[in-house]
Amino acid sequence: MTKLKRNHLFTYILVIAFYIAVEVMLRMGLLTSHLQGLLVPMVYYAIVAVGLNLCVGILGELSLGHAGFMCVGAFSSALFSNLTKETLPAAPRFLIAFVIGIAFAALFGFLIGIPVLRLKGDYLAIVTLAFGEIIKNIVNAVYLGTDENGVHISLKNAMGMGLVPEGKVLINGPMGITGTPRNANFTIAVIVLLIALFIVQNLIDSRDGRAIMSIRDNVIAAESIGIPVVRYKMLAFTISAAIAGAAGVLFAHNISTLQATSQYFGYNVSIMILVYVVLGGIGSIRGSVVAAMILYLLPEMLRGLNKYRMLIYSIVLIVIMIINWSPAIRSWREKTFGRKGRRQEA
Amino acid sequence: MQSFFTSLVNGLSLGSIYAIIALGYTMVYGIAKMLNFAHGDFIMVGGFAVFTAATTMGLHPVLAILIAMVVCTVIGVTTERIAYRPLRGAASPLAVLITAIGVSYFLQNVALLIFGANARSFTSVVPWKGVNVGGVQIQGVTIVTIITSILILTLLQLFVHHTKEGQAMLAVAQDRGAATLMGINVNRTITLTFAIGSALAAVAGALLCSAYPQLTPYTGAMPGIKAFVAAVLGGIGSIPGAMIGGLMLGVIEILSRTYISSQLSDAIVFGILIIVLLVRPAGILGHNIQEKV
Amino acid sequence: MSEHLLQVDHLSITFGGLRAVDDVSLSIDRGELYGLIGPNGAGKTTVFNLLTGVYKPTEGIVRLDGQDITGHPTIEINRAGIARTFQNIRLFRGMSVIDNVKAALSREFSYSSVDSIFHTSKYRKVEKEMDKRAQELLEVFELGAHRDVLASNLPYGQQRKLEIARAMATTPKLLLLDEPAAGMNPNETAELMHTIALIRDRFDMTILLIEHDMKLVAGICERLTVLNFGRVLAQGETKAVLSDPEVIKAYLGDADN
Repeated sequence: MTKLKRNHLFTYILVIAFYIAVEVMLRMGLLTSHLQGLLVPMVYYAIVAVGLNLCVGILGELSLGHAGFMCVGAFSSALFSNLTKETLPAAPRFLIAFVIGIAFAALFGFLIGIPVLRLKGDYLAIVTLAFGEIIKNIVNAVYLGTDENGVHISLKNAMGMGLVPEGKVLINGPMGITGTPRNANFTIAVIVLLIALFIVQNLIDSRDGRAIMSIRDNVIAAESIGIPVVRYKMLAFTISAAIAGAAGVLFAHNISTLQATSQYFGYNVSIMILVYVVLGGIGSIRGSVVAAMILYLLPEMLRGLNKYRMLIYSIVLIVIMIINWSPAIRSWREKTFGRKGRRQEA
Repeated sequence: MQSFFTSLVNGLSLGSIYAIIALGYTMVYGIAKMLNFAHGDFIMVGGFAVFTAATTMGLHPVLAILIAMVVCTVIGVTTERIAYRPLRGAASPLAVLITAIGVSYFLQNVALLIFGANARSFTSVVPWKGVNVGGVQIQGVTIVTIITSILILTLLQLFVHHTKEGQAMLAVAQDRGAATLMGINVNRTITLTFAIGSALAAVAGALLCSAYPQLTPYTGAMPGIKAFVAAVLGGIGSIPGAMIGGLMLGVIEILSRTYISSQLSDAIVFGILIIVLLVRPAGILGHNIQEKV
Repeated sequence: MSEHLLQVDHLSITFGGLRAVDDVSLSIDRGELYGLIGPNGAGKTTVFNLLTGVYKPTEGIVRLDGQDITGHPTIEINRAGIARTFQNIRLFRGMSVIDNVKAALSREFSYSSVDSIFHTSKYRKVEKEMDKRAQELLEVFELGAHRDVLASNLPYGQQRKLEIARAMATTPKLLLLDEPAAGMNPNETAELMHTIALIRDRFDMTILLIEHDMKLVAGICERLTVLNFGRVLAQGETKAVLSDPEVIKAYLGDADN
């Protein structure tokens, strides 16, 4: 088995071991209800981090709008679940909700990717941020309801829908969607994480993955050896968006009121996930999972240090970036430690 | 009609603030070739500096602004030296952008620790009530803001085209390698750029908080991003472009807020960014730079 | 009647008023080792960029094996049969040596994205074949033992060889080498000359190279085109061109060797 395959296998084993450990602790009653409530969020942030690392670490493009894809996945799946919560049994309904959430997120990823992926790095980052904000703002402005006459939408207010008094409001503007069945649990979340890992890790260890990484490392050289750059950029970006969408589905089905607030879907969330990816190691998929889980859990558990948490993260982020990317420091490290230190990314 | 005129004037005022911020952005981007994501937070730092000097310490507004300019310049120059310069020539251009995000976070959280999350009520640095034009009251701070931005634009243009340091900036922006060969101290030029940009951010902070008197550690972030949109709209790297972009963006934002919806005004502002980058990526006054093969 | 492999007629490009390449014509036959030389700034790399679709010419026609490829996108030109290396090495620095080559085998050893994600049996079969070919190619360039080394960790001379190996992996008809000896000491240059001749013989390759190192040029190139200020200064058999007084004058004005 190649080194890479062994590396990837270890990641699966780590996640499964973690799952087993948590389940054991749950059975033994070792986890407070507070901690139990953190399990699903911890995993879906790990999922988004994996998706974002595909975009940042493997494709090499900085997206600051992945919260927008989470938002799309969350709202499209929640809408479906709410529409069918009386008519469909839980299992197939949740499964279809997943498909819908992922499909819509992928669609948005595809549509946004078309204009965005031809931009230079800095611009791409800000434009993805802009798209994330636009998605959040528009979702906040949507009023959607059903009655005997069908589906009504308004972008102004609830009255604008023109619903009959017996009609049901599904999306209430900034009040969002209430009453989504809470189908997400820790087991399902871990399964989704494993699937995301499967997709991304397999992709990396393949012809497509090498093409994507060659685009990251040198676009002009990639073209010169016949790699269709646009196709692979779109592929990576769309898959990355779809994975974020899957996390969004978990999010939506783990909360009683789903609102498109800045706290959940603003660019600060996108940046937070970027912090997870960077601190876990850009290009290291396992690192993203570990970092996301630990960094999400830490503040919740170290309430006392919470004040300083973000400050510490920001300092660590700056220090890590400089140590890893400063040409001057890299050559100093090479002189001191020799060249063997660096291994292939992913 | 009156409300349109009011909105227009407010738009020009907000746009002037964006323009001042955008000037700092565009100068740093054009000369240091990096997107200082933390620029918006320098504004916040300026705002708090003025707040501390004027409200807490009771100093005269103008003195407070000067102090804020010094504080911001020190922070800006230090940031450049410690966080950005080491990454010049890094393998990936994303490195310095991510570091800038780190700096942004750092500044926000330091402010959070010092001042707390509660909004501070900012006393305007322009106590003037303003004038009444045809039944419409125009705030003093609005007039001062617009005049200040025009003043800054003029001074900057004069500086850049008629002083040695300014010409050095143009040279470094065009071709850093050639500038070095011509004996220009690139490090010093870039440091000066950050100094000017940060000082401008302080002024923008003072004016922004005077017009919108709620100050929190997060006050600078969104205006910073919107000012970047303005800089791109006008043509990144172009000083007059930043002015035009800023004014246009301010007007569009206020008019959208008045006539369409407060919620969607942000979406429209960002939508403009996207359209510009698709249709005319160089912006109104900018030029395209090709990578050398 | 065998056509020239590469036929370039009246190739020109203007950059905002500057005629960087002006009415350049040349032809290269199958199996030739052809040199493109000239002082710095003469437009040599620009010609390469024109031939490989990085720039679109304002005038002129480029034909490869009879097929018109003028102004076509880089990917299509590579598919038609031209591969190149770059003046400043453009390796995939975050990937291993063998992956750099495998990336270039992407077109020949193909499978779908579905195969990629699910690691189907087709994936396994093609990957095995691809690995074999990549390893063979690396062995030719004596890089076989370094297959898992990170490309950026290779010593300079071997990086250049890897870039050539990667270009060769696309099974081109014509190989363009842009200053392959740049930054090399005399030993490395001699080894490079040997490698280039080996490629030509073993792979039946036609090679067009840009070089400043006159020893290398005189040592392996059969014919030359000399560019100066974007225009053809001289063309023909290497020995004759190198003793042309006009050519010598052009180079004396350029303090190189």
